[in-house]
Amino acid sequence: MSRKLLAGPYLIWMICCTVVPLGMIVYYGLTDRSGAFTFANLSAITVPAHAKALGLALLLAVISTLICLILAYPLGLILRKTGLGQKGFVVFLFILPMWMNFLLRTMAWQTILEKHGVINGILSFLGLPSLRLINTPAAIVMGMVYDFLPFMVLPVYNVLMKIDNSVVEAARDLGASNRQILFKILIPLSVPGIVSGITMVFIPSLTTFVIPNMLGGGKLLLIGNIIDQEFTVGSNWHLGSGLSLVMMVFILISMLFLAKFDKGGEGNAF
Amino acid sequence: MGSLIDLVKISKSFDGAKVLDELDLSVQENEFITLLGPSGCGKTTTLRIIGGFEKPDEGQVLFEGKDIAAVPPNKRHLNTVFQKYALFPHMNIEENIAFGLKISGKSKNYIRDKIRYALKLVNLDGYEKRSVASLSGGQQQRIAIARAIVNEPRVLLLDEPLGALDLKLRQDMQYELIRLKNELGITFIYVTHDQEEALTMSDKVVVMNQGYIQQMGTPEEIYNEPENAFVADFIGDSNILNGIMLQDRLVEILGYQFACVDEGFGRNKPVDVVIRPEDIVLKQPGEGTLDGVVSHLIFKGVHYEMEVQAGGFEWLIQSTGCYPVGTPVSISVDPFNIQIMNKPASEDEEAIGVDE
Repeated sequence: MSRKLLAGPYLIWMICCTVVPLGMIVYYGLTDRSGAFTFANLSAITVPAHAKALGLALLLAVISTLICLILAYPLGLILRKTGLGQKGFVVFLFILPMWMNFLLRTMAWQTILEKHGVINGILSFLGLPSLRLINTPAAIVMGMVYDFLPFMVLPVYNVLMKIDNSVVEAARDLGASNRQILFKILIPLSVPGIVSGITMVFIPSLTTFVIPNMLGGGKLLLIGNIIDQEFTVGSNWHLGSGLSLVMMVFILISMLFLAKFDKGGEGNAF
Repeated sequence: MGSLIDLVKISKSFDGAKVLDELDLSVQENEFITLLGPSGCGKTTTLRIIGGFEKPDEGQVLFEGKDIAAVPPNKRHLNTVFQKYALFPHMNIEENIAFGLKISGKSKNYIRDKIRYALKLVNLDGYEKRSVASLSGGQQQRIAIARAIVNEPRVLLLDEPLGALDLKLRQDMQYELIRLKNELGITFIYVTHDQEEALTMSDKVVVMNQGYIQQMGTPEEIYNEPENAFVADFIGDSNILNGIMLQDRLVEILGYQFACVDEGFGRNKPVDVVIRPEDIVLKQPGEGTLDGVVSHLIFKGVHYEMEVQAGGFEWLIQSTGCYPVGTPVSISVDPFNIQIMNKPASEDEEAIGVDE
């Protein structure tokens, strides 16, 4: 009995901070200003401006997730191979930015990418034409990759370091080349880490509105920006909640998809 | 020559610590050879050098007379059974066994037949679709063996494959391995720290310590005629005593004279003497060479183990008969069962390889 009581504070926390807000979102999302039940807030996603924002958000999230994976996986392999990973220092370097304020880091990118920012300063010093960097999708992707890369590095690194070296040696002993070891042993065995890395980068990338606000100049709208504006500028909580619910469906779908992929990946490699 | 694998003056250091020092070893075709020694003696390193997982700092690895130092493990005609089985956890049994065959591009039918044959050989028919996690340690080890032998290697390297199994299973697997070796007709190079395992299975035992080969020979030779105190101590229980070789066929131990069969040590030369506990015969006081008193008695199952205080030494004795603690007895040893060994002149010589 007393043990169950220990769970009490967490239960209260979960009710106050998860269940109740979620309930409110669902309530607002399924009602109009008069309080009457409606699906209009959900179907609002089909409005061209909203659909475009969602499409762009999905596209940029996929691109930045892929870039993170392409950066993190070889890093994990190198750390595993060189034994540098054992000391953890290199990983520490990659994770260090995570301890700095997220807004500050994004602002720093603003300064770097700006019209008269660091990069263009260097380019003009070298006598090269300046580039339009800020307020482009590329700038947003860059910000996403920079901000969320640690969430990919950590799980991928962890899963790769945990693979028993004798398994790799066994594969080599049985005739496998480096390439075959990578595709038949290392990648299949690191699927759980890859999946959690993808989840942890894709979902915040999909929903972020701070990065497109700061690096997209408020002109490139992602679905997160639309929802943000409905709550703050437009003060239409019903529409904002409705669109949030649609987003949640997308997140749930992607998580289910990844969970399924994970299971499939565990069982068969050939 | 005619040997399959030759190690020539192999040296290897890790972080400045010398693990192997100019080691020479040759392995014959179709031989069950065991590298035996305490942990850190270099036996596993020797195996890994043969397998190609470690590069020797100096020396040559010859396979049928050809240097294979530059050949990576995936191109060598040998397969390894690892200590921790190292099965691929994301594949079922069938896929594990098929791994090497698929890589070498064998046909589906060939692979299927091979898997069936290999599973039969290790007594696990019908396990094709099982997952690795559903098998016990002994079964996993058999699969690891099956996975290695389907590739028809010339040599099978086994790195303490039975170390993680319990005693009964280990004994069963020892017989399995002997049977396998005879059925397959390939060379086994086996690494273990378990002297019983080594004696049971091997055609040839190589006792190693501190990177040197201490003695090489058949199990009988190693057990009955250890060449130095280390081998005698490591292989089975023994009484190791200081002795003085008074003349040929006569040694003085603890001030008592024992007849023995060894010759050629010279006169009044200090030597090490080994007497196996089962070779000591206990008699009535006065009937043997020296008298003593039984100080400990333990029942070991097959035999009793006793300790006898005699001549200031605690003699270890194994016998099917027993005397209660406190019984006065007399110790007697058949001359044939006294093994005389030269004392090491220095620590270095203690570890020097002995050629036959």
